[in-house]
Amino acid sequence: MTNCTMDWTPTPSQTTGPYLHLGLTDSRSISRVANPGANGERVWITFRVLDGEEAPVPDAMIELWQANSEGNYEFGDGTSDGAAFAGFGRMATAEDGSCTFETIKPGRVPGPRETTQAPHINVSVLGRGILNRLSTRLYFAGEPANATDPVLALVPEDRRATLLAQQDSNRAGGWIFDIRLRGESETVFFDV
Amino acid sequence: MSSPLIPAKGKPSSGLLSGFRRHEPGTQPDSFYPAYRATRLRAPSQPLIFLPHTLSEMTGPVFGHSDIRANDHDLTVQHSGEPLGERIIVSGRVLDGDGHAVPNTLVEIWQANAAGRYAHAKDDHPAPLDPNFTGTGRALTDDRGFYSFMTIKPGAYPWRNHDNAWRPAHIHFSLFGPAFVTRLVTQMYFPGDPLFAYDPILQSIPDEKARQRLVSKFDLDTTTPEWALGYRFDIVLRGRVSTPLER
Repeated sequence: MTNCTMDWTPTPSQTTGPYLHLGLTDSRSISRVANPGANGERVWITFRVLDGEEAPVPDAMIELWQANSEGNYEFGDGTSDGAAFAGFGRMATAEDGSCTFETIKPGRVPGPRETTQAPHINVSVLGRGILNRLSTRLYFAGEPANATDPVLALVPEDRRATLLAQQDSNRAGGWIFDIRLRGESETVFFDV
Repeated sequence: MSSPLIPAKGKPSSGLLSGFRRHEPGTQPDSFYPAYRATRLRAPSQPLIFLPHTLSEMTGPVFGHSDIRANDHDLTVQHSGEPLGERIIVSGRVLDGDGHAVPNTLVEIWQANAAGRYAHAKDDHPAPLDPNFTGTGRALTDDRGFYSFMTIKPGAYPWRNHDNAWRPAHIHFSLFGPAFVTRLVTQMYFPGDPLFAYDPILQSIPDEKARQRLVSKFDLDTTTPEWALGYRFDIVLRGRVSTPLER
């Protein structure tokens, strides 16, 4: 048994398979990361997951984890946001590969060595054909702080645009973030 | 229908946070594994970019008892009648990379029924559905990291990955742990399954010892006399680079 051999190497990951909805989203999805009472600029972010042939991925799941509007991850009991802000969301993609979350734009979070990170949302992509959860980050196009973000600085300049959500011209407060799993304009994924 | 899952609060005590250890080569699947066909269009072709851990990676959602209903851990009592199949108890501990318990963490499972059919609209395998089995469970680990589910043993089922492809019987597991980087979704298998060698999803893990970590052990200690067989499945999440002082 694991306990007896003192082997604490982490358990391997496996794909969710195509029926993840049964366990994770049918009655357990969270599309609203920030409830109406939460402070901050309200945004609706539409994710679209595409495969290596630019076809929509209809059986993926997106999870979000983000700071509150003050750039704080210690929300919850002691803060003004209280239960209004979950910080976490998850949704399955629809037939067109998309899903839309309601949240607030996060504040700036401290980074390494006295830096401050630009507003960003931590994103996981899981699904059939994805053996290891994929991690990426969503930044907001046009945000001045992006220029000094210590994580964006790690990304080759010609690929940074894959991490920028774009404003949706059809919807006030709407943003669009395409995730390309593979191919020429593949999204940057991180080794976290 | 259950209430939506709402995280209780963000992770406290950031003052003690340190980064998490990286995986040893070979102990996790190869993301691009052509024998598992779906990876050919869904695995990144570019190398991942190494991200030093910041607060964003070292914190994560926290769930509480309000997220769990009374029968969530017992998949055999969620309907008016009993599901068909071999009753089993799947239990174990959730530990971190130093062997310490991971208490109060959410464990979610889903699985096929005894005939190898999922209660899912898109599963068209011509095996019977069981009106008394949905195949969904969840639990929180206790103070010592223990979890336990009562369920029925899932059947193997065919899939269309290659000619005459069958998945070994398995239960899907989803865990959060203390941070964004400790998130784990995996599958638990049953000992001695002859399908292991033919399953590209399990074989995508290069190291044989690592593959064995996904195989549960038959356990007489948790077997309930005249009721259910016990299987033990311990799960190890990533540990911290340097463990802060306890308490």
